[in-house]
Amino acid sequence: MALKGIDIFKLTPKTNCKECGQPTCMAFGMKVAQGTAQIEQCPHMSEEALAKLGEATAPPMKSFKIGPADAELSLGGETVLFRHDKTFVSKTLFAVSADEAGADAVMAEAAKIDYERIGERMRVDIIHLEYAGDTAAYVEAAKKSAASGKAVILSVSDEGAAREALSAIKDARPVLNGANPDNREAFAALAKEFGVSLGVSADSLDALHETVQALEKDGVKDIILDVGTASIKSAFANAVQIRRAAIKSGDHSFGYPSLVNVAKLAPGDAGMQTALASLFILKYGSIVVMEGMSYAQALPLFGLRQNIYTDPQKPMTVETGNYPLNGADENSVCAVTVDFALTYFIVSGEIERSGIPVNLIIPDAGGYSVLTAWSAGKFSAGSIAAFIKEADIESKVKNRNLLIPGKVAVLKGELEENLPGWNIIVSPGEATSLVKFLKELDAA
Amino acid sequence: MTFKPDPQIFASSIKEVSFGPEGAAVTFGGAGVLPLYSFDAPIAHRPLVGIEISDKGVDRDLPELAAFYDGANTLAEIAARACTAPGADFLSLKLESADPNGDNIPSDEAAALAKEASDASALPLVIQGVDNVDKDAELLPKVAEALQGKNALLLSAKEENYKGIAVAAVTAYGQKIGAESAVDINLAKQLNVLISQMGIQHGNYVMHLGNAAAGYGFEYLSSTIERVKLAALSQNDDALQPPVITPVAGDAWSVKESVVSEEDFPEWGPRERRGIEMEISTAAACLAAGSDAVILRHPSSVETIAKLIAELV
Repeated sequence: MALKGIDIFKLTPKTNCKECGQPTCMAFGMKVAQGTAQIEQCPHMSEEALAKLGEATAPPMKSFKIGPADAELSLGGETVLFRHDKTFVSKTLFAVSADEAGADAVMAEAAKIDYERIGERMRVDIIHLEYAGDTAAYVEAAKKSAASGKAVILSVSDEGAAREALSAIKDARPVLNGANPDNREAFAALAKEFGVSLGVSADSLDALHETVQALEKDGVKDIILDVGTASIKSAFANAVQIRRAAIKSGDHSFGYPSLVNVAKLAPGDAGMQTALASLFILKYGSIVVMEGMSYAQALPLFGLRQNIYTDPQKPMTVETGNYPLNGADENSVCAVTVDFALTYFIVSGEIERSGIPVNLIIPDAGGYSVLTAWSAGKFSAGSIAAFIKEADIESKVKNRNLLIPGKVAVLKGELEENLPGWNIIVSPGEATSLVKFLKELDAA
Repeated sequence: MTFKPDPQIFASSIKEVSFGPEGAAVTFGGAGVLPLYSFDAPIAHRPLVGIEISDKGVDRDLPELAAFYDGANTLAEIAARACTAPGADFLSLKLESADPNGDNIPSDEAAALAKEASDASALPLVIQGVDNVDKDAELLPKVAEALQGKNALLLSAKEENYKGIAVAAVTAYGQKIGAESAVDINLAKQLNVLISQMGIQHGNYVMHLGNAAAGYGFEYLSSTIERVKLAALSQNDDALQPPVITPVAGDAWSVKESVVSEEDFPEWGPRERRGIEMEISTAAACLAAGSDAVILRHPSSVETIAKLIAELV
């Protein structure tokens, strides 16, 4: 829970020495409470006071990294329950699951998912290795998983097997998921010895809470809370209640990232796993473990994740340039719209649906929608013409027909002046009418 | 120290709306907790799943869909078959032929098609207009008249055309309507206030807060639904308490992922599976945000989402 300025003031030396840059200790306390000054700026704080403050001002949810140093992944650090309050911080990570026998096949499948979407590389983040009893094979599978360059979760509650696998791949900074109330002490020791984060599960939230507190006493720092696989209903209830306790009630023992194993919640049912993964992208799944991931699943899931984890203050943009759609070439008609990702996707989607080849030209419009960009002066006849010159469209494309969005029909005259030789065509005001419009234009 | 649960139970709740003929009606809304939080308190009515058909027929390029509708050729046959899909709570007919950007058939003819589907349907009916304010203003009142006594839910009334639609559908023929606004909490509230000022009571209208497919600005939709639910429950905002219906199918099946052929994108695999997964992912995310009903096209998506809801609520 956040401290008030007066509480912080009570911990200061109350000498008003001004060394922190503030006129009085009280003023300093107020600034710290607001977050505009740091407690370390006071050189005279006692150890005891610092410890007390550290505990009180700790963020509601821990954040840490997993995986190999050159491809590390972030977990945790969330401060809100709803993204309209503030940006979500660490995006949901996707893992695919295999036991020692199935690891090769699953890794080969997972490697196929690798593509870029609006500047973000989309791929399966983690290999989740489930221990099935053959320690030698498990260690081999762990080595191969680590060699794939992805992060690895060792899902094993057998201490001996865990130790051997950890010894083999400790440099890849895997997650050890397998602590429970029965093996807690031994697993706490393993996590500390190998310096890895520790996943913990229990039969109830009560037992989980107690086990986490015991692990904290054991000195384990980076903990992942497994929401369990008893049922879909309990997994969802646990994920929500854990995050809500951390953020809303300030319960630090639940202030850790979560892991949801949808492979076990809906075995053999890819559609249900997609449904669950989508649910947990919105509601508090830090790591989602799936049986496998096809492109059909990856496309909506990565798109959804990208949407949910955007900064609500900052619009997503696509890169400026000429996008030839439907196999457009130098003789195909040109069209221009803004660089706001949503607008680009809607417009390019409709053009693709029409099947008509179009060179879609995207200038820098500040990431706004058409009308907003136009009223902000970021999408004007001048800026469009300047971009067409700057990107050297005129030497790359011979066609001199340029479609402009219907909402900025007013730009037609000015564009004709700025772009001599071009024929400016006003398209419909709504993208939904584009297919019909393009087909008619093509037929004419 | 044990864990102290801190359930969020609100004094307010989402309004209930029933549609469908007497004896076969379905009800949604009624929750006094955040969406799907049945662990906080029991939820009165689970979210509903509708199956969408078009008056233009079935996309028989999709093998599974074609097999499901095999032998069903007329609109009546297609409607009857759709109602057999496991997990479907209601049928949703999209009157696509009436679209001025398409076939543009007269409203009378489209209303007759609605009647044909309704007579063949064993489930409560939702009618989706053409998303053109002028045409819908003419079409939906005719549909309301043709479906007298069916207690259908008509989508949608917008700020530009709500008056005529509300009067004809609700006041004259006792149907239910969806109030549709662009993805924005204030616009949604404003439209609900306008509708209530016409004397139309809660229980007669639902909210349609727009749609988006996963990956296509979906965060605007989900954040809007989440904010609407929080305002309805925690601030007892009466004007934001109608249940929310989200037609997922239209967007999910028209984004690139569901449209391009396997020939052009071989690594993506069969188109039908891509459309199903897009529909499932979008619908599950809508439910997580707070939609009280979703409309899907593929029987396989309907079954999965119905199962998800049954597991959660």
